[in-house]
Amino acid sequence: MPSTVSASVEARVRSVLKNAGCLQVDVESLADDADLYAAGLNSHATVNLMLALEDAFDIELPDRLLRRTTFATVGAIAKALGEVGVKDGA
Amino acid sequence: MTDKLAASRAAGVEMGARHAADVDARARFPQEAFATLKEQKLLGLLVPARDGGAEASLADVISVCHALGQACASTAMIYAMHQIQVWCIVRHGGDSAWHRAFLKRLASEQLLLASATSEAGVGGDVRSSVCAVEEKDGRFTFDKQATVISYGASADGILATSRRTPQSPASDQVIVVLPKASYELKHLQAWDTLGMRGTCSDGYHLKASGEMGQLIPVPYADVSAQTMLPMSHLTWSAVWLGIASDAVARARAFIRAEARKNANATPIGATRLAEAAQTLQTMKSGLLAALGQYEAALKSDDRLQSPHFAVAMNNLKISSSRLVVEVVGQALLACGLSGYRNDTPFSLSRHLRDAHSAQLMVNNDRILANTARLQLALREEPGLFP
Repeated sequence: MPSTVSASVEARVRSVLKNAGCLQVDVESLADDADLYAAGLNSHATVNLMLALEDAFDIELPDRLLRRTTFATVGAIAKALGEVGVKDGA
Repeated sequence: MTDKLAASRAAGVEMGARHAADVDARARFPQEAFATLKEQKLLGLLVPARDGGAEASLADVISVCHALGQACASTAMIYAMHQIQVWCIVRHGGDSAWHRAFLKRLASEQLLLASATSEAGVGGDVRSSVCAVEEKDGRFTFDKQATVISYGASADGILATSRRTPQSPASDQVIVVLPKASYELKHLQAWDTLGMRGTCSDGYHLKASGEMGQLIPVPYADVSAQTMLPMSHLTWSAVWLGIASDAVARARAFIRAEARKNANATPIGATRLAEAAQTLQTMKSGLLAALGQYEAALKSDDRLQSPHFAVAMNNLKISSSRLVVEVVGQALLACGLSGYRNDTPFSLSRHLRDAHSAQLMVNNDRILANTARLQLALREEPGLFP
């Protein structure tokens, strides 16, 4: 019986980031606290990333989380997703 | 506004008005007006009192922009651009020793600051840079092909954007304060335009060097969103409101003179004057409401970073820049040929030419494209009294 691999929110965020194609570096090489803006995330791409995250996690980010700091690092994104009920899982 | 400040403002307005026609005709820097503005200490209005400035309110600055705009739009726009730079240093450099020392100098010597954000090779997107700060032993250098540095040759300092490091992506920018000793300018392109001719917005090759402490210690993305953009749109709108106000004043004077000639009939242009005055009121209300929003946002970091705030400031710019053209057009219809001529006291030639710059200086389509993106991030509409 195949074991269920539990993916952390951070890992799933990385996969969204990779697919959204908004960074100029290898997403896997970025630490959870690495500055995504220094890695090429710009304001235009941030909106794309927001839409991609909402789609991938089937959530809607509320007004109060739509700030530049929310998308600054993989860790910050995971924390924001946690606030709207996203948990580690498959 | 204090009586002293109102008197200083009046002195600047008087000098601006006296030389406005010559500044426009010769596309030259309004040096007489700036000598007066410096003498009256109006360049350091926003500098905190602890650093020797007047620590005046944003409303005071907006009011000076509006008054100057009625006299000489080029003078007013240069003054507005200067205050935008000062406000960036006040808000984001206040804790750094180098910037505080510079603000002190600015207040005591009345330094005029220009801006070098435009660059060749980024397609007009000021949130992208080609040039990059190169650091060595605590000092930096960078070279920028600046397509426009308004009044660059007459300024005492420049704020310039650049990529953070040579490895940084185009959007990862810093903004650096450059006193005159920190740069050399090589002239590339002259400014011979329809209007706003006295801003002397020539192109230059900017060669900068200095100490790392001159970098504003906050990412330019934040400086831009929280300070430069709102302040630009507020002060520019005040300048454009000044142009519109003077156009309406000229139309009013013309209609009054017409009415005196024939007291039994309302002059034909009076309806257009009424229309112009109504549009002017809409413009003024928009500016005052946006100023209130910015003042409220300055007390709440969260509100300052909200996409709703960014959209509101964008919308101010879009509407003011359109309405100024509308008001001047209506005033022109009210004045008829007397407004169209260059040799009457009711001439609106300069107003009309200056007004048309508003939708181009940061193209409205670029701002609307940004607002369109932000719409995707907006959730519920804020209430009337958020």
